[in-house]
Amino acid sequence: MLKIKDLHANIEDKEILKGINLEIKAGEVHAIMGPNGSGKSTLSAVLAGREEYEVTKGEVDFGGSDILEMSPEDRAREGLFLAFQYPIEIPGVSNINFLKTAINETRAHKGQEAVTAKEFLALVKEKSALVELDAKLASRSVNEGFSGGEKKRNEIFQMAMLEPKLSILDETDSGLDIDALRIVANGVNTLKSKDNATVVITHYQRLLDYIVPDFVHVLYNGKIVKTGGKELALELEEKGYDWIKEEVDAVS
Amino acid sequence: MTTTELTKKDMLLESLNELDFSNEPQFAQDLRSNAKNALENLEFPTSKTEYWKYTRIGKIINKTYGIQHEASDSNIAITPYLIPELDANIVVLVNGFFRADLSKIENESGLNISSLKDAVNNSNPFVENSLGKIAKAEKELFIALNTLCYTDGVAIEVDKNAVIEKPIHILNITNSDNLISNTRTIVKAEENSSIKIIESFVNLQGNESFTNNVSEFFLNANSNLEYNKIQNKNGESYQISTEQAYQLKDSNFTINTITLQGTLVRNNLNIEVDAEGCETNLNGIYLGEGKNHTDNHTIVDHLKPNCNSNEVYKGILDDNSVGVFNGKVFVRPDAQKTNAFQQNNNILLTDDAVINSKPELEIYADDVKCSHGSTIGQLDDEAIFYLQARGVSKRSAINMMITAFVKDALDRVSIPALKNYIDLKIDSRFN
Repeated sequence: MLKIKDLHANIEDKEILKGINLEIKAGEVHAIMGPNGSGKSTLSAVLAGREEYEVTKGEVDFGGSDILEMSPEDRAREGLFLAFQYPIEIPGVSNINFLKTAINETRAHKGQEAVTAKEFLALVKEKSALVELDAKLASRSVNEGFSGGEKKRNEIFQMAMLEPKLSILDETDSGLDIDALRIVANGVNTLKSKDNATVVITHYQRLLDYIVPDFVHVLYNGKIVKTGGKELALELEEKGYDWIKEEVDAVS
Repeated sequence: MTTTELTKKDMLLESLNELDFSNEPQFAQDLRSNAKNALENLEFPTSKTEYWKYTRIGKIINKTYGIQHEASDSNIAITPYLIPELDANIVVLVNGFFRADLSKIENESGLNISSLKDAVNNSNPFVENSLGKIAKAEKELFIALNTLCYTDGVAIEVDKNAVIEKPIHILNITNSDNLISNTRTIVKAEENSSIKIIESFVNLQGNESFTNNVSEFFLNANSNLEYNKIQNKNGESYQISTEQAYQLKDSNFTINTITLQGTLVRNNLNIEVDAEGCETNLNGIYLGEGKNHTDNHTIVDHLKPNCNSNEVYKGILDDNSVGVFNGKVFVRPDAQKTNAFQQNNNILLTDDAVINSKPELEIYADDVKCSHGSTIGQLDDEAIFYLQARGVSKRSAINMMITAFVKDALDRVSIPALKNYIDLKIDSRFN
């Protein structure tokens, strides 16, 4: 579904990603872990199409098309979803209305008919229940006045509404208490199917107790330096990142 | 300098001198000759004139204009200028003249709408007593110019206790190039009455034409008057628009100024609040594009205690457009317990767009609540990216954010069909 080959990316002439290789297939859950500043958020930003990052080398193939050539909205319409680490507050723009536009523009992109008001409302009801998001919150301005936990639940609500092929959760666990974490994880797990895939970017192993990964990758200094199963996350939790840094630094 | 300016004024007056008002009743002729005298002492503003500091009117006064001498009978399709789904009395002015044939007026009980020219010629007592009483020729050159040579306009009287549900929509159309037109509106809302008016300034061709219009609003005790001004002239067009209102006890005056297009638009709003218990709302939206210049000058003069005024102006300036906002609130020594709130927010879409924003308060009473604020910003790129990342096109994302930004300046538009119409105009502009 997603093939990243030798991806290099800069921000303001500073190289952050230094040759990422990663393949994700449908039905899989991948976790990307790593110390601060290793490039985790840069990777998600580059995949989602943030303009500040310049891709200097490499390829990213998503479902057969070169994603790096696409606008952020076209990537989303093709089925890529990024759950933001810091969801943005947008006063005056209704959460529901913007999602309706997003769904209809995506449908138009695929040559499908617009969703009817009735279908849409049914969808909102069903999906907001999934993440226990109050219907009132769903129809308020995007994230305005939401608590940290509500913002993250709203991200998963939007993900549920848009039904992406590939979801990247960027530090979705940051700032969540254990109950909110469980609700968010439950939402993600319910949406999981053999046709979609999830990438969980996180610092801590805690989230991976709830969203169990098939693969764990360690990102360090702009490269994936280690890949393993879910037990790698436990090992990192126990031993920290220093042993990996030493391993990598010794080789280079 | 002085001689060249005089020449410009003389040149402008020369073409207007062709207008013949000799058949008018004496009061009307007196008003005009008084304006002529006032003009002797008034000069075109320059960049040194504080009231006009950010607006150069060279574009307007360095041209020669033609005039229309009487109403024509040319057929004009007015449907494109109507507001969909709005049941209104339609009053059509073309090139400065009332057109009965294009208008659709049903005077219901308590309401009297007529052409100003007819009202003047019939010596309508209200018009005779009130015309020029608050928009005084000696105060301002463009008021004087209008008073000297207004050709026609609209007179509206709402009787005591008459609550008029059906809005009046004045279509002020220009359809000749290089034309100057001076129209005038005068409205009186009697005690306990209520009226809603829309005036659209539009053009059909009408390139390089100049509209200099003046409106006077008289609000008697406990009356309610809403005036919605829609400025939507394309091509090269100039407008100087003066609205003067006078409020008596417990009256409620709302004026919404929506500037969608126009090369050079200057709005002068002056509201005298001369009794207790009044409410005044002044809201505005201006959308600048190309090299358009939009200037909103407002004055609210609180003379008596226990009144509220609220003002919200929102501007979106694109390309090389320029916006000017100058909102002045006076709170006179008697006007204790005044609440005056004023806000001007702007978004500049490009590095070349300009806004000059100047909120001013002059307070001479000591027990008042007054606030003012002005902001200038750009659209939040993070928010645009967030919306894009959900599949919304960049264009739609920008449009959503602009609509959200200007929305609260439309809160006081109480006619739903008009609100939809403005929403759609804003949407289509940014889509």
